[in-house]
Amino acid sequence: MNTKTDSDGKKYLFSRSLDTIFLAVNNVFKFIGLFFKEAFTAPFEWKETINQCFNVGFKSLPLVSLTGFIIGIVFTKQSRPSLSTFGASSWLPSLISIAIIRALAPLVTALIAAGKVGSNIGAELGSMKVTEQIDAMEVSATNPFKYLVVTRVIATTFMMPVLVLYSGLVGMLGSFMNIHQNEQTSFSAFIKNAFSTISFLDINSSIFKAVCYGFTIGVAGCYQGYYAENGTQGVGKAANTAVVVAMFLIFIEEMIIVQFVNSIR
Amino acid sequence: MIKNDSKPTVISIKNLKKSFGSLKVLDGVNLNIKLGENLAVLGKSGSGKSVLIKIISGLLKPDAGTVEVLGLEVDKISTKELRTLRSKIGFSFQNSALYDSMTVRENLAFPLIRNKTDLSKSEIQHAIEEVLNQVGLPQTISQMPSELSGGQRKRIGIARTLILKPEIMLYDEPTAGLDPITSSEINSLIKKVQTQYKTSSIIITHDLTCAKNTADNVAILVNGKFLQSGSFEEVFKSENEIAQSFYEYNFINEK
Repeated sequence: MNTKTDSDGKKYLFSRSLDTIFLAVNNVFKFIGLFFKEAFTAPFEWKETINQCFNVGFKSLPLVSLTGFIIGIVFTKQSRPSLSTFGASSWLPSLISIAIIRALAPLVTALIAAGKVGSNIGAELGSMKVTEQIDAMEVSATNPFKYLVVTRVIATTFMMPVLVLYSGLVGMLGSFMNIHQNEQTSFSAFIKNAFSTISFLDINSSIFKAVCYGFTIGVAGCYQGYYAENGTQGVGKAANTAVVVAMFLIFIEEMIIVQFVNSIR
Repeated sequence: MIKNDSKPTVISIKNLKKSFGSLKVLDGVNLNIKLGENLAVLGKSGSGKSVLIKIISGLLKPDAGTVEVLGLEVDKISTKELRTLRSKIGFSFQNSALYDSMTVRENLAFPLIRNKTDLSKSEIQHAIEEVLNQVGLPQTISQMPSELSGGQRKRIGIARTLILKPEIMLYDEPTAGLDPITSSEINSLIKKVQTQYKTSSIIITHDLTCAKNTADNVAILVNGKFLQSGSFEEVFKSENEIAQSFYEYNFINEK
């Protein structure tokens, strides 16, 4: 294909901005390819992976608990008037469980993790990049990609399903407490009603979504941080872009996965 | 080109060129470092001194020319070979680049446990203590980098490279930002490393005192090429204007 030349004498294929986007996409795919290559090549950084799982999973529990619980209560409160109009308050547990397990728990947990974990990874790696710590690992004959990127992406990918399931359970607990207070529904009746409408496909699709979201958050954070430049300003930009890109991709993935799951339901 | 003698060459650079966009940083650099030789590279900020040692360590790729380190062309070898080569090269960064989330012990253990997987815990501990004694900071073993002074950070940075017992040392501005006494301690450490570890070194610096006290030869990098090279006396006794301005700034203006 013929190349064009802009006013600065630089060559481009379509336009400078379009070329930049294509190059960025190409670089991200190379980055993902390198991740899979390094993830399945010995030696493995087990200790650091467990450490990162602790950081991503355990340290996110308070925030995920709080938001999951509040979402459970608020969604129940908001849904009650509509169902009461049709005399269908008894369907509340079913409605809530479908909403939480299928959509709210994966999406809200992923967005929270994108904000908390994604920005943390972007800033940490970005700071290491601009202070030459990554270069220092490189020249000391170690593999910074394996130590920094592979461990973090594995941690986000494996911890996100755990957080999503946990968030779902906490959300259901919040919902039960509200329903119990208003409709005096017993715990066993709530559980029976809630899980009567939930299928394995719902749970599996939630776990699948969580894996995709976790991988996205890890890759976005690591990619932005690993290639950060321009000093402290670059660190802030890396953290910010990691969150924005991860959230954007999470919504795109949500749309695609819901479409796919509904087609096989 | 730096003068040769009978010792084997450990670093050989021929017609090295490197540009960033339209900016030519290195434009035909030629250099030979002999076994056991310390070379100080002087030059203005932005003259490409740090780029030179980053190319030698494989952190940057040259645009043209050949860079041979211990007989291997750094930009032609595989990643695995490059890692093996890097275990023989120590790189002391200008800002020390200590891993700030790790203690001094963990900083020193990091390259060791990943390069020498057969070492036991006690051997690792012994190596860490030995290298900390070499740089005179055994008491800092449990401290975090943020708790160390600038000079201590430099010395721990050097200790982290020494733990792999390198054959070549690359120092990027080892005395930058340090007071004269601490600078003098770092200079002594560089000489000590040369004699005890039998390293060959490139010392990037603006500091002529550092160059004079640590280097066997000096080279001045101007406009991407070595303008002048030789022993300290040869270079600074010459009539060259840039060499003289360096000398005057360091040894006359600071009086």
